[in-house]
Amino acid sequence: MKNLIAWFDERIPMTKTWNIHLAQYPAPKNFNFWYVFGALAMLVLVNQILTGIWLTMNYVPSAEGAFASVEYIMRDVDYGWLLRYMHSTGASAFFVVVYLHMFRGMMYGSYQKPRELLWVFGMLIFLVLMAEAFMGYLLPWGQMSYWGAQVIISLFGAIPIIGDDLTLWIRGDYVISGATLNRFFALHVIALPLVLVILVFLHIIALHEVGSNNPEGVPIKKKKGSVSEEEKPNFKFHERFTKKYDIVDSIPFYPYYVVKDLVGVGIFLFFFCYVIFFAPAMGGLFLEPPNFEPANPLKTPEHIAPVWYFTPFYAILRAVPDKLLGVILMFGAIVALFLLPWLDRGKVRSIRYRSGFHKLNLTIFAVSFVALGYLGLKPATEVYTLFSRIFTFLYFAFFVLLFFYSKNENTKPVPERITK
Amino acid sequence: MKQFLKTTLLVAATIWSVAGFAADPTVPLDEAKVDLHDKASLQRGAQLFMNYCLGCHSMEYQRYNRTFNDLGIPLELGMENLQFTGEKVGDLITNAMPTEAAENWFGTAAPDLTLVSRVRGADWIYTYLRTFYVDESRPFGVNNAVFPNVGMPHVLQELQGVPRKTTEERMIDGEMQDVYVGIKTDGSGMLSESEYDQAMLDLTNFLVYTGEPMLLEQRRMGWYVFGFLLVFTILAWLLKREFFKDVKK
Amino acid sequence: MSNAPVDKGRRRFLTVATSVVGAAGAVGVAVPFIASWNPSARAKNAGAPVEVNIGKAEPGQMIRVEWRGQPVWVVRRTPEMLAGLDGLADLLRDPNSEEPQQPEYAQNQYRSRRKEYFVAVGICTHLGCSPQYLEDTFAEQVEGVNAGFFCPCHGSKFDIAGRVFEGVPAPYNLVVPPHYYIDDNTILVGQDGEQA
Repeated sequence: MKNLIAWFDERIPMTKTWNIHLAQYPAPKNFNFWYVFGALAMLVLVNQILTGIWLTMNYVPSAEGAFASVEYIMRDVDYGWLLRYMHSTGASAFFVVVYLHMFRGMMYGSYQKPRELLWVFGMLIFLVLMAEAFMGYLLPWGQMSYWGAQVIISLFGAIPIIGDDLTLWIRGDYVISGATLNRFFALHVIALPLVLVILVFLHIIALHEVGSNNPEGVPIKKKKGSVSEEEKPNFKFHERFTKKYDIVDSIPFYPYYVVKDLVGVGIFLFFFCYVIFFAPAMGGLFLEPPNFEPANPLKTPEHIAPVWYFTPFYAILRAVPDKLLGVILMFGAIVALFLLPWLDRGKVRSIRYRSGFHKLNLTIFAVSFVALGYLGLKPATEVYTLFSRIFTFLYFAFFVLLFFYSKNENTKPVPERITK
Repeated sequence: MKQFLKTTLLVAATIWSVAGFAADPTVPLDEAKVDLHDKASLQRGAQLFMNYCLGCHSMEYQRYNRTFNDLGIPLELGMENLQFTGEKVGDLITNAMPTEAAENWFGTAAPDLTLVSRVRGADWIYTYLRTFYVDESRPFGVNNAVFPNVGMPHVLQELQGVPRKTTEERMIDGEMQDVYVGIKTDGSGMLSESEYDQAMLDLTNFLVYTGEPMLLEQRRMGWYVFGFLLVFTILAWLLKREFFKDVKK
Repeated sequence: MSNAPVDKGRRRFLTVATSVVGAAGAVGVAVPFIASWNPSARAKNAGAPVEVNIGKAEPGQMIRVEWRGQPVWVVRRTPEMLAGLDGLADLLRDPNSEEPQQPEYAQNQYRSRRKEYFVAVGICTHLGCSPQYLEDTFAEQVEGVNAGFFCPCHGSKFDIAGRVFEGVPAPYNLVVPPHYYIDDNTILVGQDGEQA
């Protein structure tokens, strides 16, 4: 065994990689449950890729065959229903864990210097994930697939001058058709997953370069020579990390956070499997009832709502009475998140040591996001539109206010070390 | 965190109250007490479907043999008594009505019913089947309360009788007034009102089954998975606790 | 390190237990992935046993049916054809059907359940062409034998019981599929007998 490992190590950095990224990678010792969502996102990604590959084995990407092939998978293929529900539930679960993962970053200032690029990679992952989910949702070729795609693609029509030609080009037809379905299928099963995996790789590489933040927002890297030997943790960390700095208050990722994440995985799977086995449609949220009817270009469902993970942005879109402005604002909502590392000019990371105003601001932001998500599911009545406008305003107010108060924020003193 | 929860709840409560005010259900749906374990009911439902519905509505994603097996009907018996289309017992439950002809006759093709329960829900189907009423202005002389201007004749009339929107004279505020009391049959059908309701529940039950024929297996498997996860999570938690003894607070 | 000494046995036990349970879980997860490669309900239906009505078959006539995408022949053999099967042993590669090309009940001189009817998959055992049925012109191929099957692709020859002749490319006798008689007029191809 030892010889075998040595044989490989001479040819590829196997043990070295294992040590740098897992066994001798210093992670702050005070991670709380908010830190499990990154690992869970990885788990869901693997689930999506595996079940996705298996679904393509029986799925027929054509306007004539798509809907029937999904029901074929659900009924005629052994355990096909399970693979399909794992995939459809996985899509929603992906957004659940990613949204929580992002909120964690916002709470503890994980986007702040030096983790700006890490955050940007994360946002790119989010963006690609949205495209991936959107294209995947067309594939069952149900009524919601069809009309949801119709609505979203029409958004591009708002762009001045090229808008109409652009939508035509995206669809490859005058309406959404088999041509659209086929290109979405190709992008959904090959192109975007490839990009996603590469971005996840870069996200992790960037993370391991700068190191993990933690709930205290206090760095674990101290100036070389500033920490006495008995203050240092009793673990061996890779010299890559200890060469330049003294590492404090840390534990190796493996085995400590691996076993901790296992507990998180177990708990997550309870929820995940509950949905798969007992509520795969999740009351119409994960699989919308009109989507059990084949796409019909001549008949619009009474009420079109995107799947729940898009609804916060959809609500912002609808809140604006102007088409172009609505589209701009919707994309602006995502761009604002991209710019967060530069909009927040504060030096204190964790919400624990920031001003009461910041806590309130972030709370209102989170509430607005959830409320917009709810409103985006509902028909656009007068009352709902009013609420959508209020919450859209609050959503953007978060970023604007943050930019101004963060410069001279009334923060609490940040401890030198991770205390507890 | 506390503040966060408080604000969330407050906002949620506000939205809910507004939502409750804004949402206005048109026709209240009757609750269909479907029971997928009730094989007798499912068998009766299948019989109704094959005799009354399959003429126009296909069930093109569902197979005869699976239906017979799941409903506890011996294949030979099923083929003889319930299979009017297809050649083999493993065939899909299709019908011979060409789509174009249907569009001519009814203005629209009769939709496939395999998944109707997933689109509409059991309560809707159950109510729909029981709320046809005479309306001479419609091509087939009937209309439906939950599906206004439905393009379908009341094929179950021989069972239900002729249903009419009925009013009764009642004393209100000291005056006799006509009060709408719902859809009542004239009693000319083969079934009594309660028998008809039961028959429609059976049919609804069957349609709920065909929407998700794997549902019982799925739930059963779910309990096993939960059992496994319980063991795994407890072990993982013990393991985590054991390892974290190394970590100084 | 904390002050409490590490209980190595406990740690080891928990590690092994969690790994074993986790591995069992992984196997469980693999089941749907593996099982989904089995023939689907559609494939099973397409490959379901086929009923052949032999009530109207004339002596010497061949009925072709499709079973699992393959041609299956049912030949009603005349008494002369059956008589012609005797004494061919020297010319044949596997006269006693020792190769497992047929169910047990067809391992006889006639390679059939009932002498009169020969049921076989009509695909040459050489490279998969479908041979021709030569009812009375087979003597052109093998002198003195009146009826048989001849494969035009590479010239393989079979007698009227599907037994392959010596000196042709085909290595084995024609395959006899599982079949049984539902009644005197009906054969079910694809099943060995009544299923419980």
